Amino acid sequence: MAEIKLDKKDRMAVAWRHQFLQGSWNYERMQNGGWCYAMIPAIKKLYSSKEEQAAALKRHLEFYNTHPYVSAPVIGVTLALEEERANGAPVEDQAIQGVKVGMMGPLAGVGDPVFWFTIRPILGALGASMALSGSIVGPLLFFLAWNIIRMAFLWYTQEFGYNVGTSIAKDLSGGLLGKITEGASILGMFIIGALVQRWVSITFTPVVSVVEQSEGAYIDWAALPAGTEGIKSALEQYSVLGPTGLNVEKVTTLQGNLDQLIPGLAAVGLTLLCCFLLKKGISPIVIILCLFAVGIAGRFFGFM
Amino acid sequence: MGGISIVLVVLVAFLAGMEGILDEFQFHQPLVACTLIGIVTGHPTEGIMLGGSLQMIALGWANVGAAVAPDAALASVASAIIMVKGLGEGSTVDPKVAIDAAIAMAVPLSVAGLFLTMLCRTIAIPMVHFMDAAAEKANFRGVELWQILAICLQGIRIAIPAAMLCMVPADAVTAMLQAMPEWLSGGMGVGGGMVAAVGYAMVINMMATNEVWPFFVLGFVLAALGELTLIALGALGVALALIYLGLKELAKQGGGAGGGSGDPLGDILNDY
Repeated sequence: MAEIKLDKKDRMAVAWRHQFLQGSWNYERMQNGGWCYAMIPAIKKLYSSKEEQAAALKRHLEFYNTHPYVSAPVIGVTLALEEERANGAPVEDQAIQGVKVGMMGPLAGVGDPVFWFTIRPILGALGASMALSGSIVGPLLFFLAWNIIRMAFLWYTQEFGYNVGTSIAKDLSGGLLGKITEGASILGMFIIGALVQRWVSITFTPVVSVVEQSEGAYIDWAALPAGTEGIKSALEQYSVLGPTGLNVEKVTTLQGNLDQLIPGLAAVGLTLLCCFLLKKGISPIVIILCLFAVGIAGRFFGFM
Repeated sequence: MGGISIVLVVLVAFLAGMEGILDEFQFHQPLVACTLIGIVTGHPTEGIMLGGSLQMIALGWANVGAAVAPDAALASVASAIIMVKGLGEGSTVDPKVAIDAAIAMAVPLSVAGLFLTMLCRTIAIPMVHFMDAAAEKANFRGVELWQILAICLQGIRIAIPAAMLCMVPADAVTAMLQAMPEWLSGGMGVGGGMVAAVGYAMVINMMATNEVWPFFVLGFVLAALGELTLIALGALGVALALIYLGLKELAKQGGGAGGGSGDPLGDILNDY
Protein backbone atom coordinates (compact mmCIF):
# COMPACT_ATOMS: atom_id res chain seq x y z
CA MET A 1 0.00 0.00 0.00
CA ALA A 2 1.31 3.42 -0.96
CA GLU A 3 1.98 5.81 1.81
CA ILE A 4 -0.49 8.66 2.18
CA LYS A 5 1.35 11.94 2.41
CA LEU A 6 0.01 15.39 3.18
CA ASP A 7 1.36 17.54 0.38
CA LYS A 8 2.09 21.24 0.56
CA LYS A 9 -1.38 22.14 -0.67
CA ASP A 10 -3.02 20.20 2.16
CA ARG A 11 -0.77 21.80 4.72
CA MET A 12 -1.52 25.24 3.32
CA ALA A 13 -5.25 24.53 3.53
CA VAL A 14 -4.79 23.62 7.19
CA ALA A 15 -2.71 26.76 7.80
CA TRP A 16 -5.39 28.92 6.20
CA ARG A 17 -8.17 27.39 8.28
CA HIS A 18 -6.04 27.56 11.38
CA GLN A 19 -6.54 31.34 11.29
CA PHE A 20 -10.13 30.78 12.36
CA LEU A 21 -9.08 28.78 15.38
CA GLN A 22 -10.85 30.96 17.91
CA GLY A 23 -14.08 31.43 15.95
CA SER A 24 -16.16 29.06 18.06
CA TRP A 25 -14.33 29.83 21.31
CA ASN A 26 -16.59 28.53 24.05
CA TYR A 27 -16.47 28.19 27.81
CA GLU A 28 -16.68 24.41 27.64
CA ARG A 29 -13.81 23.22 25.45
CA MET A 30 -12.50 26.62 24.28
CA GLN A 31 -10.77 26.34 20.88
CA ASN A 32 -11.84 22.77 20.11
CA GLY A 33 -14.23 23.65 17.27
CA GLY A 34 -11.72 25.79 15.45
CA TRP A 35 -9.02 23.16 15.87
CA CYS A 36 -11.23 20.48 14.36
CA TYR A 37 -12.23 22.85 11.55
CA ALA A 38 -8.53 23.40 10.77
CA MET A 39 -7.79 19.66 10.74
CA ILE A 40 -10.58 18.77 8.28
CA PRO A 41 -8.52 18.98 5.03
CA ALA A 42 -5.94 16.64 6.56
CA ILE A 43 -8.56 14.22 7.91
CA LYS A 44 -10.27 14.05 4.52
CA LYS A 45 -6.99 13.25 2.83
CA LEU A 46 -5.73 10.71 5.36
CA TYR A 47 -8.81 8.66 6.13
CA SER A 48 -11.25 7.22 3.65
CA SER A 49 -13.69 5.17 5.71
CA LYS A 50 -16.60 6.82 7.50
CA GLU A 51 -15.66 5.24 10.82
CA GLU A 52 -12.10 6.49 10.69
CA GLN A 53 -13.22 9.97 9.67
CA ALA A 54 -15.78 10.17 12.46
CA ALA A 55 -13.21 8.96 14.97
CA ALA A 56 -10.69 11.54 13.77
CA LEU A 57 -13.21 14.38 13.95
CA LYS A 58 -14.19 13.42 17.48
CA ARG A 59 -10.56 13.06 18.50
CA HIS A 60 -9.95 16.65 17.43
CA LEU A 61 -12.98 18.08 19.19
CA GLU A 62 -11.34 17.58 22.58
CA PHE A 63 -10.49 20.51 24.84
CA TYR A 64 -7.81 22.76 23.43
CA ASN A 65 -6.68 26.27 24.26
CA THR A 66 -3.50 28.16 23.59
CA HIS A 67 -2.32 31.35 21.98
CA PRO A 68 -3.79 31.38 18.45
CA TYR A 69 -0.44 31.89 16.71
CA VAL A 70 1.89 29.58 18.60
CA SER A 71 -0.74 26.94 18.05
CA ALA A 72 0.74 26.61 14.54
CA PRO A 73 3.69 24.36 15.54
CA VAL A 74 1.26 22.24 17.57
CA ILE A 75 -0.94 21.65 14.56
CA GLY A 76 2.20 20.91 12.52
CA VAL A 77 3.23 18.16 14.93
CA THR A 78 -0.33 16.84 15.03
CA LEU A 79 -0.37 16.63 11.23
CA ALA A 80 2.82 14.56 11.34
CA LEU A 81 1.32 12.25 13.97
CA GLU A 82 -1.94 11.79 12.08
CA GLU A 83 0.00 11.02 8.93
CA GLU A 84 1.98 8.29 10.70
CA ARG A 85 -1.19 6.89 12.17
CA ALA A 86 -2.96 6.82 8.82
CA ASN A 87 0.00 4.88 7.44
CA GLY A 88 -0.37 2.24 10.10
CA ALA A 89 1.96 3.40 12.85
CA PRO A 90 0.62 2.65 16.34
CA VAL A 91 -0.19 6.22 17.38
CA GLU A 92 -2.79 6.15 20.13
CA ASP A 93 -5.50 8.77 20.66
CA GLN A 94 -3.90 9.54 23.98
CA ALA A 95 -0.56 10.26 22.32
CA ILE A 96 -2.11 12.87 20.04
CA GLN A 97 -4.09 14.48 22.83
CA GLY A 98 -0.99 14.30 25.02
CA VAL A 99 1.13 16.17 22.49
CA LYS A 100 -1.53 18.86 22.11
CA VAL A 101 -1.98 19.37 25.84
CA GLY A 102 1.73 19.08 26.52
CA MET A 103 2.61 21.75 24.01
CA MET A 104 -0.24 24.22 24.46
CA GLY A 105 0.68 25.27 27.98
CA PRO A 106 4.33 26.23 27.53
CA LEU A 107 3.67 27.72 24.09
CA ALA A 108 0.84 29.94 25.31
CA GLY A 109 3.33 31.20 27.87
CA VAL A 110 5.53 32.43 25.02
CA GLY A 111 2.84 33.64 22.65
CA ASP A 112 1.19 36.03 25.06
CA PRO A 113 4.28 38.06 26.01
CA VAL A 114 5.80 37.95 22.53
CA PHE A 115 2.75 38.82 20.43
CA TRP A 116 0.26 40.54 22.73
CA PHE A 117 2.66 42.36 25.03
CA THR A 118 5.68 43.10 22.86
CA ILE A 119 5.07 43.09 19.12
CA ARG A 120 1.53 44.45 19.16
CA PRO A 121 2.19 47.31 21.57
CA ILE A 122 5.32 48.29 19.62
CA LEU A 123 3.69 48.19 16.19
CA GLY A 124 0.51 49.70 17.60
CA ALA A 125 2.35 52.57 19.25
CA LEU A 126 4.42 53.17 16.13
CA GLY A 127 1.31 53.27 13.95
CA ALA A 128 -0.70 55.28 16.45
CA SER A 129 2.00 57.93 16.85
CA MET A 130 1.86 58.52 13.10
CA ALA A 131 -1.93 58.33 13.06
CA LEU A 132 -2.27 61.07 15.68
CA SER A 133 -1.37 63.57 13.01
CA GLY A 134 -3.91 62.04 10.65
CA SER A 135 -1.43 60.15 8.46
CA ILE A 136 -2.75 57.04 6.72
CA VAL A 137 0.76 55.56 6.87
CA GLY A 138 0.20 54.78 10.56
CA PRO A 139 -2.72 52.36 10.20
CA LEU A 140 -1.29 50.89 6.99
CA LEU A 141 2.08 50.22 8.58
CA PHE A 142 0.47 48.54 11.58
CA PHE A 143 -1.87 46.41 9.51
CA LEU A 144 0.66 45.28 6.92
CA ALA A 145 3.58 44.69 9.27
CA TRP A 146 1.42 42.75 11.69
CA ASN A 147 -0.15 40.52 9.07
CA ILE A 148 3.13 39.79 7.30
CA ILE A 149 4.75 38.79 10.58
CA ARG A 150 1.70 36.78 11.62
CA MET A 151 1.25 34.87 8.38
CA ALA A 152 4.95 34.11 8.07
CA PHE A 153 4.97 32.88 11.65
CA LEU A 154 1.86 30.72 11.20
CA TRP A 155 3.17 29.03 8.07
CA TYR A 156 6.81 28.52 8.96
CA THR A 157 6.24 27.29 12.49
CA GLN A 158 3.56 24.90 11.25
CA GLU A 159 6.03 23.54 8.70
CA PHE A 160 8.64 23.35 11.42
CA GLY A 161 6.29 21.33 13.62
CA TYR A 162 5.35 19.06 10.73
CA ASN A 163 8.97 18.37 9.77
CA VAL A 164 10.30 17.95 13.25
CA GLY A 165 7.36 15.89 14.46
CA THR A 166 7.30 14.69 18.02
CA SER A 167 10.93 15.51 18.69
CA ILE A 168 9.81 19.15 19.01
CA ALA A 169 8.98 18.36 22.61
CA LYS A 170 12.74 18.12 23.25
CA ASP A 171 13.34 21.52 21.67
CA LEU A 172 10.68 22.97 23.91
CA SER A 173 12.48 21.89 27.03
CA GLY A 174 15.85 23.03 25.65
CA GLY A 175 15.49 26.46 27.18
CA LEU A 176 14.94 28.21 23.86
CA LEU A 177 11.38 29.11 24.77
CA GLY A 178 12.52 30.53 28.06
CA LYS A 179 15.05 32.70 26.27
CA ILE A 180 12.53 33.99 23.76
CA THR A 181 10.12 34.84 26.56
CA GLU A 182 12.82 36.59 28.52
CA GLY A 183 14.08 38.52 25.51
CA ALA A 184 10.54 39.60 24.70
CA SER A 185 9.95 40.76 28.27
CA ILE A 186 13.14 42.84 28.20
CA LEU A 187 12.24 44.47 24.90
CA GLY A 188 8.63 44.90 26.01
CA MET A 189 9.51 46.52 29.32
CA PHE A 190 12.01 48.83 27.62
CA ILE A 191 9.44 49.99 25.09
CA ILE A 192 6.68 50.32 27.66
CA GLY A 193 9.00 52.54 29.68
CA ALA A 194 9.48 54.72 26.62
CA LEU A 195 5.76 54.76 25.84
CA VAL A 196 4.87 55.82 29.36
CA GLN A 197 7.25 58.75 29.03
CA ARG A 198 5.97 59.75 25.59
CA TRP A 199 2.26 59.02 25.63
CA VAL A 200 0.86 59.23 29.13
CA SER A 201 0.21 62.93 29.39
CA ILE A 202 -0.45 64.64 32.66
CA THR A 203 -0.05 68.39 32.88
CA PHE A 204 -0.54 70.21 36.12
CA THR A 205 -1.40 73.84 35.51
CA PRO A 206 -1.15 75.45 38.96
CA VAL A 207 1.34 78.29 39.13
CA VAL A 208 3.96 77.88 41.81
CA SER A 209 5.49 81.32 41.66
CA VAL A 210 5.52 84.52 39.63
CA VAL A 211 8.79 86.41 39.87
CA GLU A 212 9.57 89.84 38.48
CA GLN A 213 12.81 89.34 36.53
CA SER A 214 15.72 91.75 36.76
CA GLU A 215 16.51 93.99 33.83
CA GLY A 216 18.39 92.22 31.05
CA ALA A 217 16.81 88.86 31.87
CA TYR A 218 13.87 89.67 29.61
CA ILE A 219 13.39 91.32 26.25
CA ASP A 220 12.54 94.99 26.69
CA TRP A 221 9.96 95.15 23.92
CA ALA A 222 9.56 98.94 24.15
CA ALA A 223 13.29 99.53 23.57
CA LEU A 224 13.59 97.47 20.38
CA PRO A 225 14.57 99.26 17.15
CA ALA A 226 11.77 99.73 14.67
CA GLY A 227 11.00 97.49 11.69
CA THR A 228 12.80 94.31 10.75
CA GLU A 229 15.83 95.36 12.82
CA GLY A 230 13.60 95.05 15.88
CA ILE A 231 12.55 91.51 14.93
CA LYS A 232 16.20 90.58 14.43
CA SER A 233 17.19 92.03 17.77
CA ALA A 234 14.30 90.31 19.55
CA LEU A 235 15.19 86.95 18.04
CA GLU A 236 18.84 87.39 19.00
CA GLN A 237 17.92 88.18 22.57
CA TYR A 238 15.45 85.29 22.64
CA SER A 239 18.11 82.80 21.59
CA VAL A 240 20.21 83.92 24.54
CA LEU A 241 17.51 84.31 27.17
CA GLY A 242 15.25 81.40 26.28
CA PRO A 243 11.48 81.28 26.72
CA THR A 244 11.49 83.04 30.08
CA GLY A 245 12.82 86.15 28.31
CA LEU A 246 9.51 86.83 26.61
CA ASN A 247 7.84 88.40 29.64
CA VAL A 248 8.89 90.57 32.51
CA GLU A 249 7.44 88.07 34.93
CA LYS A 250 8.86 84.60 35.18
CA VAL A 251 6.02 82.14 35.76
CA THR A 252 6.92 78.80 37.28
CA THR A 253 4.27 76.13 37.03
CA LEU A 254 4.12 72.95 39.05
CA GLN A 255 4.60 71.08 35.79
CA GLY A 256 7.77 73.03 35.04
CA ASN A 257 9.21 72.06 38.40
CA LEU A 258 8.30 68.41 37.92
CA ASP A 259 9.83 68.38 34.45
CA GLN A 260 13.10 69.63 35.89
CA LEU A 261 13.33 66.52 38.04
CA ILE A 262 12.55 64.02 35.28
CA PRO A 263 10.18 64.72 32.40
CA GLY A 264 7.21 62.41 32.74
CA LEU A 265 7.63 61.73 36.44
CA ALA A 266 3.89 62.08 37.04
CA ALA A 267 3.18 59.71 34.15
CA VAL A 268 5.36 56.98 35.58
CA GLY A 269 3.85 57.52 39.02
CA LEU A 270 0.38 57.12 37.58
CA THR A 271 1.40 53.98 35.69
CA LEU A 272 2.86 52.39 38.80
CA LEU A 273 -0.27 53.30 40.72
CA CYS A 274 -2.32 51.55 38.05
CA CYS A 275 -0.05 48.46 38.31
CA PHE A 276 -0.66 48.43 42.04
CA LEU A 277 -4.43 48.86 41.72
CA LEU A 278 -4.64 46.13 39.07
CA LYS A 279 -2.69 43.79 41.33
CA LYS A 280 -5.21 44.55 44.07
CA GLY A 281 -7.81 43.13 41.71
CA ILE A 282 -9.49 46.39 40.72
CA SER A 283 -10.96 46.12 37.25
CA PRO A 284 -9.17 48.13 34.54
CA ILE A 285 -12.53 49.54 33.50
CA VAL A 286 -13.10 51.02 36.94
CA ILE A 287 -9.64 52.60 36.89
CA ILE A 288 -10.22 54.05 33.43
CA LEU A 289 -13.56 55.56 34.44
CA CYS A 290 -11.97 57.04 37.57
CA LEU A 291 -9.23 58.63 35.48
CA PHE A 292 -11.83 60.29 33.27
CA ALA A 293 -13.58 61.54 36.39
CA VAL A 294 -10.29 62.92 37.72
CA GLY A 295 -9.61 64.58 34.37
CA ILE A 296 -13.00 66.27 34.28
CA ALA A 297 -12.68 67.38 37.91
CA GLY A 298 -9.15 68.59 37.19
CA ARG A 299 -10.33 70.75 34.32
CA PHE A 300 -13.38 71.97 36.23
CA PHE A 301 -11.31 73.17 39.18
CA GLY A 302 -8.50 74.29 36.91
CA PHE A 303 -5.59 72.27 38.21
CA MET A 304 -4.98 70.13 35.14
CA MET B 1 -24.73 59.20 6.29
CA GLY B 2 -25.86 57.78 2.96
CA GLY B 3 -27.23 54.30 2.40
CA ILE B 4 -23.95 52.97 0.95
CA SER B 5 -21.96 54.40 3.85
CA ILE B 6 -24.23 52.65 6.34
CA VAL B 7 -23.87 49.31 4.56
CA LEU B 8 -20.08 49.71 4.51
CA VAL B 9 -20.00 50.74 8.18
CA VAL B 10 -21.99 47.65 9.12
CA LEU B 11 -19.61 45.55 7.04
CA VAL B 12 -16.59 47.01 8.83
CA ALA B 13 -18.38 46.38 12.14
CA PHE B 14 -18.94 42.76 11.13
CA LEU B 15 -15.24 42.31 10.33
CA ALA B 16 -14.26 43.96 13.60
CA GLY B 17 -16.61 41.67 15.53
CA MET B 18 -15.15 38.57 13.90
CA GLU B 19 -11.65 39.72 14.62
CA GLY B 20 -12.56 40.54 18.20
CA ILE B 21 -12.55 36.80 18.76
CA LEU B 22 -10.16 35.55 16.07
CA ASP B 23 -7.44 38.10 16.84
CA GLU B 24 -5.66 37.45 13.54
CA PHE B 25 -5.99 40.23 10.95
CA GLN B 26 -6.53 42.92 13.62
CA PHE B 27 -9.61 44.55 12.10
CA HIS B 28 -10.82 45.08 15.65
CA GLN B 29 -7.86 47.22 16.68
CA PRO B 30 -8.87 50.89 16.88
CA LEU B 31 -6.11 51.91 14.49
CA VAL B 32 -7.65 49.76 11.76
CA ALA B 33 -11.38 49.87 12.61
CA CYS B 34 -11.64 53.65 13.15
CA THR B 35 -9.61 54.33 10.01
CA LEU B 36 -11.89 52.10 7.92
CA ILE B 37 -15.04 53.71 9.32
CA GLY B 38 -13.53 57.14 8.72
CA ILE B 39 -12.78 56.21 5.11
CA VAL B 40 -16.23 54.79 4.29
CA THR B 41 -18.00 57.79 5.82
CA GLY B 42 -15.82 60.45 4.23
CA HIS B 43 -13.92 61.50 7.37
CA PRO B 44 -10.63 59.66 6.87
CA THR B 45 -8.37 62.11 8.73
CA GLU B 46 -10.52 62.28 11.84
CA GLY B 47 -10.99 58.51 11.74
CA ILE B 48 -7.24 57.95 11.65
CA MET B 49 -6.67 60.43 14.49
CA LEU B 50 -9.35 58.80 16.64
CA GLY B 51 -7.88 55.40 15.83
CA GLY B 52 -4.43 56.57 16.90
CA SER B 53 -5.67 57.97 20.20
CA LEU B 54 -7.75 54.91 21.01
CA GLN B 55 -4.92 52.58 20.01
CA MET B 56 -2.69 54.21 22.60
CA ILE B 57 -5.32 53.41 25.24
CA ALA B 58 -5.95 49.88 24.03
CA LEU B 59 -2.31 48.80 23.62
CA GLY B 60 -2.40 46.45 26.58
CA TRP B 61 -5.84 45.00 26.00
CA ALA B 62 -5.40 41.33 25.16
CA ASN B 63 -7.34 38.15 25.71
CA VAL B 64 -5.14 35.91 27.80
CA GLY B 65 -6.29 32.35 28.42
CA ALA B 66 -9.96 32.35 29.26
CA ALA B 67 -9.86 35.92 30.58
CA VAL B 68 -11.32 38.59 28.32
CA ALA B 69 -9.98 42.14 28.14
CA PRO B 70 -12.15 45.21 27.53
CA ASP B 71 -13.55 44.82 24.05
CA ALA B 72 -11.66 46.91 21.51
CA ALA B 73 -14.02 45.98 18.66
CA LEU B 74 -17.20 47.62 19.94
CA ALA B 75 -15.25 50.48 21.48
CA SER B 76 -13.57 51.46 18.23
CA VAL B 77 -16.51 50.88 15.90
CA ALA B 78 -19.17 52.57 18.00
CA SER B 79 -17.04 55.52 19.06
CA ALA B 80 -16.00 56.11 15.44
CA ILE B 81 -19.67 56.15 14.39
CA ILE B 82 -20.47 58.62 17.16
CA MET B 83 -17.60 60.85 16.06
CA VAL B 84 -18.73 60.74 12.43
CA LYS B 85 -22.28 61.64 13.49
CA GLY B 86 -20.95 64.56 15.47
CA LEU B 87 -18.93 65.78 12.51
CA GLY B 88 -21.93 65.37 10.16
CA GLU B 89 -22.44 67.67 7.19
CA GLY B 90 -22.69 71.35 7.99
CA SER B 91 -21.86 70.67 11.62
CA THR B 92 -19.87 73.30 13.47
CA VAL B 93 -18.48 70.89 16.02
CA ASP B 94 -14.72 71.17 16.48
CA PRO B 95 -13.15 67.85 15.34
CA LYS B 96 -11.04 67.81 18.50
CA VAL B 97 -14.15 67.97 20.71
CA ALA B 98 -15.79 65.20 18.70
CA ILE B 99 -12.67 63.01 18.96
CA ASP B 100 -12.27 63.59 22.72
CA ALA B 101 -15.93 62.83 23.33
CA ALA B 102 -15.69 59.69 21.19
CA ILE B 103 -12.69 58.52 23.23
CA ALA B 104 -14.62 58.97 26.46
CA MET B 105 -17.58 57.06 25.00
CA ALA B 106 -15.27 54.22 23.97
CA VAL B 107 -14.65 53.16 27.55
CA PRO B 108 -18.21 52.25 28.63
CA LEU B 109 -18.67 50.75 25.16
CA SER B 110 -15.70 48.45 25.71
CA VAL B 111 -17.47 47.09 28.80
CA ALA B 112 -20.70 46.57 26.89
CA GLY B 113 -18.68 44.73 24.25
CA LEU B 114 -17.15 42.58 26.95
CA PHE B 115 -20.55 41.35 28.06
CA LEU B 116 -21.60 40.70 24.48
CA THR B 117 -18.52 38.61 23.81
CA MET B 118 -19.08 36.60 26.98
CA LEU B 119 -22.63 35.99 25.80
CA CYS B 120 -21.36 34.79 22.41
CA ARG B 121 -18.83 32.49 24.04
CA THR B 122 -21.65 30.93 26.02
CA ILE B 123 -23.89 30.54 22.99
CA ALA B 124 -20.95 28.81 21.30
CA ILE B 125 -21.23 25.90 23.78
CA PRO B 126 -24.37 24.37 22.19
CA MET B 127 -22.79 25.11 18.81
CA VAL B 128 -19.83 22.83 19.51
CA HIS B 129 -22.31 20.19 20.68
CA PHE B 130 -23.85 20.34 17.21
CA MET B 131 -20.30 19.86 15.90
CA ASP B 132 -19.99 16.77 18.10
CA ALA B 133 -23.18 15.39 16.56
CA ALA B 134 -21.91 16.12 13.06
CA ALA B 135 -18.55 14.49 13.85
CA GLU B 136 -20.39 11.36 14.98
CA LYS B 137 -21.71 10.98 11.43
CA ALA B 138 -18.41 11.99 9.82
CA ASN B 139 -20.29 15.00 8.46
CA PHE B 140 -17.52 17.44 7.49
CA ARG B 141 -19.97 20.01 6.15
CA GLY B 142 -21.79 20.08 9.48
CA VAL B 143 -18.64 20.79 11.47
CA GLU B 144 -17.62 23.51 9.04
CA LEU B 145 -21.07 25.07 9.02
CA TRP B 146 -21.21 25.45 12.80
CA GLN B 147 -17.69 26.88 12.91
CA ILE B 148 -18.64 29.49 10.31
CA LEU B 149 -21.91 30.28 12.08
CA ALA B 150 -20.03 30.79 15.35
CA ILE B 151 -17.70 33.28 13.66
CA CYS B 152 -20.66 35.10 12.11
CA LEU B 153 -22.29 35.29 15.54
CA GLN B 154 -19.25 37.23 16.75
CA GLY B 155 -19.48 39.49 13.71
CA ILE B 156 -23.16 40.19 14.32
CA ARG B 157 -22.30 41.04 17.93
CA ILE B 158 -20.77 44.30 16.66
CA ALA B 159 -22.73 44.72 13.41
CA ILE B 160 -26.11 45.07 15.14
CA PRO B 161 -25.10 47.79 17.63
CA ALA B 162 -23.32 49.59 14.75
CA ALA B 163 -26.45 49.49 12.58
CA MET B 164 -28.52 50.77 15.51
CA LEU B 165 -26.11 53.64 16.09
CA CYS B 166 -26.29 54.57 12.40
CA MET B 167 -30.03 55.10 12.85
CA VAL B 168 -29.55 57.71 15.57
CA PRO B 169 -30.17 61.12 13.97
CA ALA B 170 -26.96 63.10 13.50
CA ASP B 171 -28.65 66.26 14.85
CA ALA B 172 -29.03 64.64 18.24
CA VAL B 173 -25.33 63.82 18.43
CA THR B 174 -24.22 67.26 17.22
CA ALA B 175 -26.60 68.96 19.63
CA MET B 176 -25.25 66.88 22.48
CA LEU B 177 -21.64 67.67 21.56
CA GLN B 178 -22.38 71.37 21.22
CA ALA B 179 -24.20 71.49 24.53
CA MET B 180 -21.13 70.11 26.28
CA PRO B 181 -19.42 72.71 28.46
CA GLU B 182 -15.68 73.27 27.98
CA TRP B 183 -14.71 71.71 31.31
CA LEU B 184 -16.45 68.49 30.33
CA SER B 185 -14.96 68.11 26.85
CA GLY B 186 -11.60 69.46 27.99
CA GLY B 187 -11.67 67.18 31.02
CA MET B 188 -12.36 64.19 28.81
CA GLY B 189 -9.29 65.15 26.83
CA VAL B 190 -7.24 65.30 30.03
CA GLY B 191 -8.66 61.93 31.12
CA GLY B 192 -7.89 60.48 27.69
CA GLY B 193 -4.27 61.52 28.14
CA MET B 194 -4.05 59.60 31.37
CA VAL B 195 -5.94 56.38 30.62
CA ALA B 196 -3.14 55.08 28.40
CA ALA B 197 -1.38 54.38 31.70
CA VAL B 198 -3.91 51.64 32.50
CA GLY B 199 -3.11 49.70 29.33
CA TYR B 200 0.62 50.00 29.97
CA ALA B 201 0.10 48.89 33.56
CA MET B 202 -1.69 45.77 32.31
CA VAL B 203 1.28 44.93 30.10
CA ILE B 204 3.76 45.62 32.89
CA ASN B 205 1.91 43.38 35.33
CA MET B 206 2.04 40.60 32.75
CA MET B 207 5.78 40.80 32.14
CA ALA B 208 7.47 42.42 35.09
CA THR B 209 10.01 40.46 37.09
CA ASN B 210 12.76 41.90 39.24
CA GLU B 211 15.15 41.11 36.44
CA VAL B 212 13.46 43.22 33.76
CA TRP B 213 12.48 46.32 35.78
CA PRO B 214 15.81 48.06 35.02
CA PHE B 215 14.94 47.93 31.33
CA PHE B 216 11.72 49.79 32.05
CA VAL B 217 13.76 52.52 33.72
CA LEU B 218 16.16 52.68 30.77
CA GLY B 219 13.31 53.00 28.30
CA PHE B 220 11.61 55.66 30.35
CA VAL B 221 14.69 57.83 30.74
CA LEU B 222 15.90 57.47 27.17
CA ALA B 223 12.48 58.37 25.76
CA ALA B 224 12.93 61.89 27.12
CA LEU B 225 15.46 62.42 24.33
CA GLY B 226 13.15 63.65 21.61
CA GLU B 227 15.62 62.83 18.84
CA LEU B 228 15.12 59.10 19.38
CA THR B 229 12.24 57.84 17.25
CA LEU B 230 10.22 54.83 18.30
CA ILE B 231 12.09 52.76 15.74
CA ALA B 232 15.42 53.85 17.24
CA LEU B 233 14.13 52.95 20.68
CA GLY B 234 12.99 49.58 19.38
CA ALA B 235 16.46 48.91 17.98
CA LEU B 236 18.00 49.89 21.31
CA GLY B 237 15.62 47.54 23.09
CA VAL B 238 16.50 44.62 20.83
CA ALA B 239 20.21 45.32 21.28
CA LEU B 240 19.84 45.46 25.06
CA ALA B 241 17.89 42.20 25.13
CA LEU B 242 20.51 40.43 23.00
CA ILE B 243 23.39 41.77 25.08
CA TYR B 244 21.69 40.78 28.31
CA LEU B 245 20.80 37.27 27.16
CA GLY B 246 24.30 36.80 25.74
CA LEU B 247 25.98 37.91 28.94
CA LYS B 248 23.70 35.72 31.00
CA GLU B 249 24.57 32.70 28.89
CA LEU B 250 28.25 33.54 29.27
CA ALA B 251 27.92 33.89 33.02
CA LYS B 252 26.30 30.49 33.19
CA GLN B 253 29.10 28.83 31.22
CA GLY B 254 31.77 30.63 33.20
CA GLY B 255 30.15 29.53 36.42
CA GLY B 256 30.12 25.92 35.25
CA ALA B 257 33.71 25.80 33.99
CA GLY B 258 35.52 27.71 36.67
CA GLY B 259 33.93 25.78 39.47
CA GLY B 260 33.39 29.26 40.76
CA SER B 261 34.80 31.07 43.70
CA GLY B 262 32.29 33.70 42.55
CA ASP B 263 35.08 36.23 42.37
CA PRO B 264 36.66 36.24 38.89
CA LEU B 265 38.93 39.17 39.65
CA GLY B 266 40.20 37.36 42.75
CA ASP B 267 40.89 34.26 40.68
CA ILE B 268 43.00 36.24 38.25
CA LEU B 269 44.97 37.85 41.05
CA ASN B 270 45.57 34.48 42.71
CA ASP B 271 46.95 33.10 39.47
CA TYR B 272 49.73 35.67 39.45
